[in-house]
Order: sequence, then C-alpha cells, then structure tokens
Amino acid sequence: MSPPATAEPRHRQLGLTDAEYELIVEKLGREPNEVELAVFSLMWSEHCAYKHSKKLLRTLPTEGPAVVMGPGENAGAVDVGHGMAVAFKVESHNHPSAVEPFQGAATGVGGILRDVFAIGARPIAILDSLRFGELDSARSRFLLDRAVAGIGHYGNSIGVGTVGGEIYFEGPYEHNCLVNAMCLGIAPQERLTRSAAAGVGNHLVLMGALTGRDGIGGASVLASAELDEDDESKRPSVQIGDPFEEKKLLECCLELLDAGLLESLQDLGAAGLSSSSSEMASKGEVGIDIDVALVPLREADMEPFEVMVSESQERMLCVVAPDRLDAVLALCEKWEVRATAIGSVTESRSLRVLSGGEVVGDMPVEALVDDCPLYDLEPEAPSAPIYPAPVARVAADTEPGELLLALLGSPSLASKRWAFQQYDSLVGSRTARRPEAADAAVLLLRQEGEGGAIAVSIDGNGRRVACAPYAGTVEAVLECAANLACVGAEPLGLTNCLNFGNPEKPHIAWQLTESVRGLADACRAVGAPVVGGNVSLYNEGAEGPIYPTPVVGIVGSLPDPRRAAGIAFAEEGHAIALVGAFAPGLAGSEASKLLGEPLAPLRDVDLEAHVRTLAYVRDAVRSGRLASAHDVAEGGIACALAECCIAGRVGARVEWARARQADPAEARLVLFGEGPGGFIVSGAPEALRELASEAGETPFAMLGEVGGDRLELTASTATLTLPVESLRTAHEQALPRLLQ
Amino acid sequence: MKFGIVRFPGSCDEVDAQLACSRFGEAELLWHRDSDLRGVDAVIVPGGFSYGDYLRPGAIARFSPVMASVADFARDGGPVLGICNGFQVLCEAGLLPGALLDNAGLKFACRQVEVVVEQTDTPFTRACEAGERLSIPTKHMSGRYYAPDEMLDRLEAGGQVVFRYAEGQNPNGSLRDIAGVSNEAGNVVGLMPHPEHAVDPLLGSADGAKLLAEPVAA
Repeated sequence: MSPPATAEPRHRQLGLTDAEYELIVEKLGREPNEVELAVFSLMWSEHCAYKHSKKLLRTLPTEGPAVVMGPGENAGAVDVGHGMAVAFKVESHNHPSAVEPFQGAATGVGGILRDVFAIGARPIAILDSLRFGELDSARSRFLLDRAVAGIGHYGNSIGVGTVGGEIYFEGPYEHNCLVNAMCLGIAPQERLTRSAAAGVGNHLVLMGALTGRDGIGGASVLASAELDEDDESKRPSVQIGDPFEEKKLLECCLELLDAGLLESLQDLGAAGLSSSSSEMASKGEVGIDIDVALVPLREADMEPFEVMVSESQERMLCVVAPDRLDAVLALCEKWEVRATAIGSVTESRSLRVLSGGEVVGDMPVEALVDDCPLYDLEPEAPSAPIYPAPVARVAADTEPGELLLALLGSPSLASKRWAFQQYDSLVGSRTARRPEAADAAVLLLRQEGEGGAIAVSIDGNGRRVACAPYAGTVEAVLECAANLACVGAEPLGLTNCLNFGNPEKPHIAWQLTESVRGLADACRAVGAPVVGGNVSLYNEGAEGPIYPTPVVGIVGSLPDPRRAAGIAFAEEGHAIALVGAFAPGLAGSEASKLLGEPLAPLRDVDLEAHVRTLAYVRDAVRSGRLASAHDVAEGGIACALAECCIAGRVGARVEWARARQADPAEARLVLFGEGPGGFIVSGAPEALRELASEAGETPFAMLGEVGGDRLELTASTATLTLPVESLRTAHEQALPRLLQ
Repeated sequence: MKFGIVRFPGSCDEVDAQLACSRFGEAELLWHRDSDLRGVDAVIVPGGFSYGDYLRPGAIARFSPVMASVADFARDGGPVLGICNGFQVLCEAGLLPGALLDNAGLKFACRQVEVVVEQTDTPFTRACEAGERLSIPTKHMSGRYYAPDEMLDRLEAGGQVVFRYAEGQNPNGSLRDIAGVSNEAGNVVGLMPHPEHAVDPLLGSADGAKLLAEPVAA
C-alpha cells in the first residue's frame, strides 16, 4: 500500500481538524513536533477525549449513597457493606473484534480487567454483551465463534469467571459487531487506589509486557511516510493478548497494594503511555518526565512517538516513592513481572518526553487532558426510517404454537448454553447462580458463604432503542433492574457503554441525545447512579449505522443468596402469577421481527409504577416465599413461561384473562407482546395468595399452576399446547444447529 | 490434617482448593520456587493455566522446584491429588500415566457432570463406594484422556482407573470415558473434574467433599 499523498497536512491525516490543530499551536506557543503531534492526536481523539459525548454524559446522575468512586477513575466502585467495595466497568472493543474477533475480544477482556485491578480490586467476574449480524451469514457465524472463544481464552486462563452476558443477532450489526466486556472486582475499602500521581521526585515505574508496535493507531501515519523506503517492521500490528502475563501482573499489583508500596496505579489502555501518564499527572496536578530510552522494547528501533502511543497489552504504570523502589522491584521479581523506572513525577505540570536524556516533546498536561474542544451535537429526529424492516422469517398467519417454537429457536432468544459452556463460570468459588439459572448472576461476597452477596446483570436491546431511543433506553435500565429484582437484589450503581453511529450526523446525534436522556431518567428512578462507562461512536459503514445500542450493567446487593430465585418452575402444584403493570405491545417485539414488520415507536413508560413493582418483587424474593421469579422480556409472556418450564423440566397450565375479544391479533399481542414491568413468579399456592394480598398498588394476577409435561396456555381465544420437551429442543438446540 | 496446595504462576483454582480443604483441616499454599513442603500431610496440585500453558498444559510446571519435592513426597507414599491442570502437570511429570489432549470439540467445556467412582482404594476415594456417582463440575480446554490401548488395558486391570464420566456425560472425548487415574501405588490421583468446586450446595453441589475430607495415606 502506498502512503497517502503528502498534500494532506499531517494533523488531518491523524484525525485532527484545522481548528484543533491551531488550538494546539496556541497552547504550545509553537508548532508541535512529531512526537507531540502523535500524542495530541490520540489524546484529542474521540476515544480519549469524548469530545462528542462529554457534554451529554454530564447530565447523568453520578451520586448515590453507595458510590465510593465515581466516573473519572479507571473504574467506579460501590459500597457493598461488610467493609467491602465492588468496582466495575464496561468497555467496548468493537472495531478490533470486527478485524480479528479472537484477539479483539480477548484483549477487550484483558483491558477491562486491568481497569478494575488498577483501582485495587480483585476481578471476580466478567460479563459480555455481544451483537452480531444474523447467523445465516457465514461472517457472523465466524465472528460469534471466534469472539466467544477469545473471551473464554482470556477469562478462563486468567482465572476470572464469566458469569453472565447477552448475545443478540440483528442485520445492522453485520458489518459492525459489538463486543462489550464488563468486569467486577472486589476490594476491602481501604485498598481502593486512585490514579492521581503524587509526590514530586517519585519514580514512575512501568510494569508488565514489553512495548511493541501493537495497535499504533492513527499515529502510524507518521511512520508510513517512511514505509516505502524502509521496512515492513514499521507496520502497526494487531494487539495480541497474553493472559498469563496479565495474571502475573494482577497478582503482583494486588500484592504491591496490600503491602502499601504504591502511591498510585494506572493501567495502560488506549494511547498507551501518553494517556496513562498524562491522566495521572492531570489528576495529581503535577508533571511527569518519561524517558522512552528506558522503556523495555520488543523491537529495538522504535521511534519515541511509537513508544509513547503503543497499545501493547498487559502493562501498568505506578508511582513509587524512592525509598520503596527496591521493595517494589523485588516483589515484581517474585512474580516474574518486568518492572522498570522510566521517569519521575515533576512539579512542571508538563508531560516531558525524553530520549536518552534529550527532550523530544514537552506538552502542558492541562492542554492534553482538559483543553480538547468539546462539540455540541446537532440532533434532529429523522424524517424517514433509518433502518429497513427485518427479513420475515415466518408467515403472517403462523399459528401461536409454531410462533412460540420459532421464537424460542431464534438466535437472539435461544439458549446461549453453547457460549456459556465455553466460559469458566465457577472459578473463585463465589457463583451462587450460574448463567441462565437465574435472571442475574449471584456472587458471594465472602467465599466462606456468610456475609451477603451481590448480583449483576448486563442488558441492552438495540432494536427497541432504534424504535424509540428514549423509551428503549429506559427499558434497558428497567430490564437490568428487573433481572436484579428477580434474585432479590437492590441496585447500587450502574455502568454503561453507549454504542452508536456517527454523532456528527443529526439523526445519530438525536438517537444519542434521546438515549442519554432516557438513561439519566431511568437511573434516577431505579436508584442506580452511573459510576463509569464508555462511549463507542462511529459504529457505521456504507451499509448504514448499527442500531443505537446503549448497554447497561447494574450491580446490586442482596442479604441472603440462598433466597435468590431462579427462573425454573420448581414443583408440581405451585401457583403461577403475573406481577406488575405489564402492558404488552408488538412494536419492536421479537415476534414482529420474525414476521418482518418494520420498526415502530414504543409506548411511553410509567417509571413510577415500574419502580414500585421492582421493589415489590425484590421484597417478595427476599422474603423467601417465591420458588421462581423471571421477568417478561423478549418474546413476551409465552416465551417467559416457556423458559420457566424448560429450566424446571416441568409443564404448566396457564390462563390469562386479559383479552376481551376473539381476535387473532389480540391473541398474538397477549402471548408475545413485549414491554417492561412484568414478572412471572411461582410458589406454594398459600404463599402466593399471601403475596397477592400484600401487593397494594402493584398488579398481581394469578395465572395458573405448575404441573404435567406440557405448557398449556390459553390467552384470549388462542390455545396453545406444547410438550416441554419440544420447547426445550427448540430453545437449546438452535444455536448448536445454526453453527454446525 | 494439613493440606499443601501448590501455587504456580498461572494457577487459577489454588485459592478455591485452599478454601475447600480448609473445611477439613489446615490448608496452605506452597510457592512454586520453594522446595520445602512444610510438613504437609497431603499435596494438591490445583487447576489453572500454569505458566500460561502455551507450550502444552503442564509442560513447564513439571520443572518447578516444588515439583521435585512433590515427586519425592509421592515416592514416599504421600497422598497427592492433581485437579485439572494439576492432573496435566502430574502426567507431564511422569507421576501419573497417560496424557491429556485438547478436548474433542476443540472448545473449552464448563459443565456439571456425573462421575462414577471406580476405585475406592486410594487416599482420596476411601470415603466413597465403588460405583457411586458424584456430581462435580468440569472446566477445561485439554481434558481428553489418552493412553495407548495396551496401557489402558493395564490401567483397567490394575485398578488404576479411579473415575469415569457417567454414560453420555463425557465432555471431552476421553478414551474409555476416563475422568481420573492413579499411579500404581494408588497414592497419586489425578482427575479433570473439580472436587474443590463441589463442597457447598449453594455453589452447585457438595459431592466433591468426599474426595477431600480425609486423604490418609494407605
């Protein structure tokens, strides 16, 4: 490939606008040299500076009684009681995964793990939110297969369980898959560590892997001018994950923190040393000197700018007082972790880059971190539909029984056991509810069993957000909170990853603005402040944008994990009830997708009523009187009931008397309509009668009873009778069959 | 009873094993660089990906200083249990017969399986009855037990097949459904399923406790 013509100025090749470049010149008081331009171009990129989203993100609620670390640190953290804090964050690794799904997904996991142990928490769980095109595409099958293998490879090898997640398949992700990884870690509160550099004269120590040319982003353009005459070794390469290196780094960092040997700690992620050092300096209101000649390299002939922007994985940066340096290096040697003092904390408020003592770059920290211009979005609701109608998979006159089987066997609704079995969900001895056994993962706070538990779920539904960005995002938060309620957990904090198209386009700006407004309202309503997150923009190509996909992860706590309800119907003769102000609609539903119907607006959500229901369900679960609890989500009541039967390997007889007239469309709405706020619960008949009498304003409708080996469902005039075994086969065999 | 659990860089289930064993006695971690086994009564070589397992599972770990001591301990009749990666390490070290290859499906397999106890004359299965079924999780990438036919015949004849997967539950294509074996003396046992992850009903099952409760050398 020949390098771009030199007619285009360097700063534009690196993604900076002319105005941004002029601002850099103004801040420096001179033209930047190549090192400085490389560092600025990354620090002022969308990825690092959030220049199109920062103003919106400021509207999110970030404070709450449980928050001990909010946005701005490597990960957020909440107080879970017992002197412990749980740190968590979700991040995207979408574009790398589209190029090389195994390493892209693996390094996505590796990156989010580092964020969590950078603040002193031991990672205890990973969850993933994945989006691919429909599985009739060979490329989507390949991406799914390799991304799942990559997540498993990293998480399994490093010994952190993957305890939950979700996978959806939709046309608009065909050319732009999404790989969002979330990690949770646990720490005694006093071990939580901030990344602010402190103590002029302290050492800056780089730990972990060698620095190579991996993932040198836009800055590689600087090298490409020489590519022709020089060698291919200057080409940037794909990031390769090394979970063993990170496992040593993880154990080593936690031991260093336990021994009180570090002043601060920071992981190296996007933009490598440039961003980690300048952010540490910015937070500490100090300066930092780095001598790139001291950085251990994988390739000897790297340019200073390459060392500064390299995204080689498995590296951490820490600040160490001079009298503790020997102790730090000794502990690193114990874990066979490379550690090198590469610079120092200064009072200059500048990031100075040296090469063998000679200054090759000198930039004010504030200019790098705080002075990137922030842009206002120019949102405008689209006048015509953005997305084509999904391809019809079933005929318009499909009978309810057939439609139920088709839904259970559709890739998005089918059992994800194929994926979960590739993940170690047990390591750490905390997993009290395994994947698909309950709506949320339940993890013991103390492995010995006493002392409460936490629950976590990750959720998003791009198609519903595409139907209505505000309501769809509210629903995503409610869905996540509902999953927690089903195991008796109360939300403590939320992390989010906003995956959208190009925000410079008015209709994408509108999706983003509406979505964040919904996120803010819903977070306030359910009492889940945002403690951190990530934004991934420009997820679009010639084929159009992805569905707007805000993904939320909520962490909550529960007093008694033994009472955390699963989804499985447990016993013949148990009563079944529908709890909550559930108002089903077919717009944006999985049924309408299979029928090939175009996206249509969702109805507005009564947040107050739903929040009341969440509290009621949570308390009912905590009281220990429910044998199962499962929220009604994709596929409506029929699919929710089927899932409870499949999990319990038992049938149910259910009659839902909501319908008033003999209308097939009405039956379809009742059976398969979707919307937030509905829960299918079961338990001993007397316990459910008791709970009904305590329901107050929360609707509580007895539906039927558990028993037999068939699901018999009567709703409106439609009657549906299917053996549980057929439901199970459709649900569990779908993915393995589609992937054969 | 004092258990020693070996810790290599890359071990993942060593703390789980320590927690499980501490239900039945004292349990401490043995660092891979130390040759001193500190007077433990039984050694557990735990699961994980020792040294990353990039070459071949267990291939590097067998050269650890601690493994020389474990080999001496085993030669003197001390009870040694290798779980998952530990099983792989013991096979690589020549303390157990056979080898563990990549799973037949070439995918990591995490699932609860039923394991049938075939041999009760080992320090770890003496609390079990022959034919007893235990529900224990497996989670591994390379658990397909392999040995040449004549060796398999010899192992079966000599009572060295300690565990088999219950019919239809072999998760990895192991020959003859073998889930665990012992050395000739019976004091060294390795298995792919994780008994340390089956000691608490809240976490799935408690059947694994039978294997860890009292490993007394014969």
